[in-house]
Amino acid sequence: MRLFANAHYEFIAWRRKAYVVSAVALMVSLVAALAWQVSRGSWLRYGVDFSGGTLIQVRFEDDVSIAEVRAALTEFPNAQPTRFGEDAEYLIRTPQVGEIASEAAEEVPLALEAAFGEGRFEILRTEAVGAKVGSELQTRAILAILLSFAATLIYLAFRFEWRFGLAAIIATAHDILLTLGLISLLQIEVALPTVAAVLTIVGYSLNDTIVIFDRIRENLHGLARRADFDQVLDRSINETLPRTVLTSGTTLAVLFALFLFAGGMIREFALILIVGIVLGTYSSIFVAAPALREIERRWPAARKKPGRPARARATA
Amino acid sequence: MFSGIRGRIIVILIAVGLAVGSLITNGIALGLDLRGGMHLALEVRDPNGTMTAEQRRDATEQNLHVLRNRIDQFGVVEPLVQKVGDERIIVELPGIDDEQRARDVIERQAFLEWQLVRPSNEFLGAVQRLDRAIAQQLGPEDLEELPESATQDSAPATRQAIEEALFGRADTTAADDSTAADSAALPAVPSERPLSALLLDSGRDGEFLVAEQDVPRVKRYLALPGVIDLLPRNSELGWGSRPEGQGAQLYRSLYFMERTPFITGERLRDAVAGRDPQFNNTIVTFELDRRGGRTFEDVTSQHIGDRLAIVLDTLVHSAPVIQSRIGANGQIDLQQAPMQEASDLAVVLRAGALQAPLDVVEQRSVGPSLGRDSIDQGIIAGIIGIVLVLGIMLFYYRTAGIIAVVALAMYVLLLLGGLSGLGAALSAPGIAGIILSVGMAVDANVLIFERIREELAHGRSARAAVEEGFKNAMSAIVDSNLTTLITALILYQVGTGPVRGFAVTLSIGIVASFFTAVYITRTFFMIYLTRKRAGEPISI
Repeated sequence: MRLFANAHYEFIAWRRKAYVVSAVALMVSLVAALAWQVSRGSWLRYGVDFSGGTLIQVRFEDDVSIAEVRAALTEFPNAQPTRFGEDAEYLIRTPQVGEIASEAAEEVPLALEAAFGEGRFEILRTEAVGAKVGSELQTRAILAILLSFAATLIYLAFRFEWRFGLAAIIATAHDILLTLGLISLLQIEVALPTVAAVLTIVGYSLNDTIVIFDRIRENLHGLARRADFDQVLDRSINETLPRTVLTSGTTLAVLFALFLFAGGMIREFALILIVGIVLGTYSSIFVAAPALREIERRWPAARKKPGRPARARATA
Repeated sequence: MFSGIRGRIIVILIAVGLAVGSLITNGIALGLDLRGGMHLALEVRDPNGTMTAEQRRDATEQNLHVLRNRIDQFGVVEPLVQKVGDERIIVELPGIDDEQRARDVIERQAFLEWQLVRPSNEFLGAVQRLDRAIAQQLGPEDLEELPESATQDSAPATRQAIEEALFGRADTTAADDSTAADSAALPAVPSERPLSALLLDSGRDGEFLVAEQDVPRVKRYLALPGVIDLLPRNSELGWGSRPEGQGAQLYRSLYFMERTPFITGERLRDAVAGRDPQFNNTIVTFELDRRGGRTFEDVTSQHIGDRLAIVLDTLVHSAPVIQSRIGANGQIDLQQAPMQEASDLAVVLRAGALQAPLDVVEQRSVGPSLGRDSIDQGIIAGIIGIVLVLGIMLFYYRTAGIIAVVALAMYVLLLLGGLSGLGAALSAPGIAGIILSVGMAVDANVLIFERIREELAHGRSARAAVEEGFKNAMSAIVDSNLTTLITALILYQVGTGPVRGFAVTLSIGIVASFFTAVYITRTFFMIYLTRKRAGEPISI
């Protein structure tokens, strides 16, 4: 069996429609981000990792209602309990007060003990982050994203021509923006694992783009004089289509398994990745390749020079 | 030698053997999020930024040693105490279930001092100055709402004692007033003596009592600027460590003592938790080193009949009267505290005091049951994911699919072996990293197989198609693996905690996946091809 063998789709001809789709998605993201920024004061919903504060996950022995949990926490007017999962499990968040991370982490369990009695609940998880550490983690997360971005660009510039690198960056930026848009739209809590998820998407999207670009480079080398650039792009995308479909399909299957069977943090992680992988696949075909075309039209490469792309095959 | 099939098989067997060997000998360390435990980040307390960077660095370094000692004695398996940067200490305690107790042991400064208690008279000679300074700084409304205990005295006799001591000799009319119309005359007075009105005589020299509900108020008064400076030279006030009951009313002791301790916990040689045979109180007995013992003997022999305050972290634990010369041994009375508390105190005393108090700037803890849940979920999700991938590969590529499946199995072994060999702990984000790198490994196989199919479609022989397929797929595999590896390494470098765990497994996974796809799969194909006659089609 071979899916999409000998496909001859005219992807490049559809690029304008793809531009519209991407533009609309970006606009929706932007509007959502602005709306949240205005209504809540922050376009992203930062978790305790970045905003500072305390998160306590509690499982009660009995079926305790959220009203009862609230009543037990009247001393902490800022504490926000939310139900988590199916059992009588709650996440209690308190915002950060001062540098010391842990006051609520000590006092909330005491208040619960007073209300429900000792041993009637179990503290499953406590995360307390001081304001200083929170802003530090934020800085480091942004730094990680920017640095990996820069390093990848340098690597691509070294391995490919700069045109390819630029097009790949445009496609990846497209994916990051839309993923952030989704995170903002759905107000998914931004914590350290979220950063890992976003970076995974970056990696996956780049990977996908690189596979297609690798083929374009190869086909340009063989066909530059005979075929026009659009045809080379289409042909390269079509040739790699079976791989694209199979790899994306397999990865998505795994992620759906994670999404359905794992709970809590892994579930959100999987959701972000599912969206990211669909985006990455879409963008490498409909953003990266057309971007390469636009760049090529504006700054045409001197392809007649022999030997230049030969280095690209050096590893073969 | 490694290009022949035999050489390749040897290389593969060695690699797999090393991985399995490492797994058997080292096992896989689980991160705190999976096995349960507590992670703390601590910094030297410096709320006003008065310490220099160098002071903070020194204090951090000293505290690090103290914490190592304490935690070694605390009895946790595989604890981690580590300095991060210049000013932060990370403590990781796997499998801890009493977080509060662990935090007490870590955060307690355990600064032990012995200070002589000074006579009450000396304090009473100065208290009017303090009163005036406080009254000046407080607005009239503040003084109006003096608490009930100042007006409705539950122990008039003790109040009277103070009144007499204060005014009796100097001003007889005042004394007459207060003794005659005890509670009736008092309300007007407290506004003039806000501090002394709240102090009751304890009947013990150098010690006053403050009603528990007045303690915050007294603390506030004493914290007013300049007030504490009005105390006699080289003296200070210290609170008792726990309230004492007299009927329903609780009182807290306030001691008047020498400011300079004549000896501190540095001279402590040993501390042991125990029980006082006489009153069955929990106690910590301690032993001083030789120099400390000598100082102790000298001072106690000169102060027989005086009181000696044992001060731990600025709180007076007890203040026994010196009956006779005391040598190198002594005890701290914890009264009815549980034995656990005494043994923890003994631990922190033995380990020494923190150079400066520490703040917890980050705390993450996972209870053991959540950790177990996460492992179960991760394993179930991982198995389902891998079965799905294997199913798709087998269905889609037939015999070549079998090759891929066997190669992937080896890949998983190599990855886990790599993790255990490097001693990297497996965390929940780490499991996500593994699943992602499984995806990368599959992708490499897909790239190769698709390329082989293309070459076959172009009419090449099986042997040539395999050869060309591997060759042509290589650049895409190298590029995609390297870019991901770069990202993973940067994540490791810059990231913290969970992001780092993710980066570690991803990096190891990429290296293992590259080796698997390019070397192991290729070898299997070579074996497969030797079983085919020339021109016979291959199943892919």
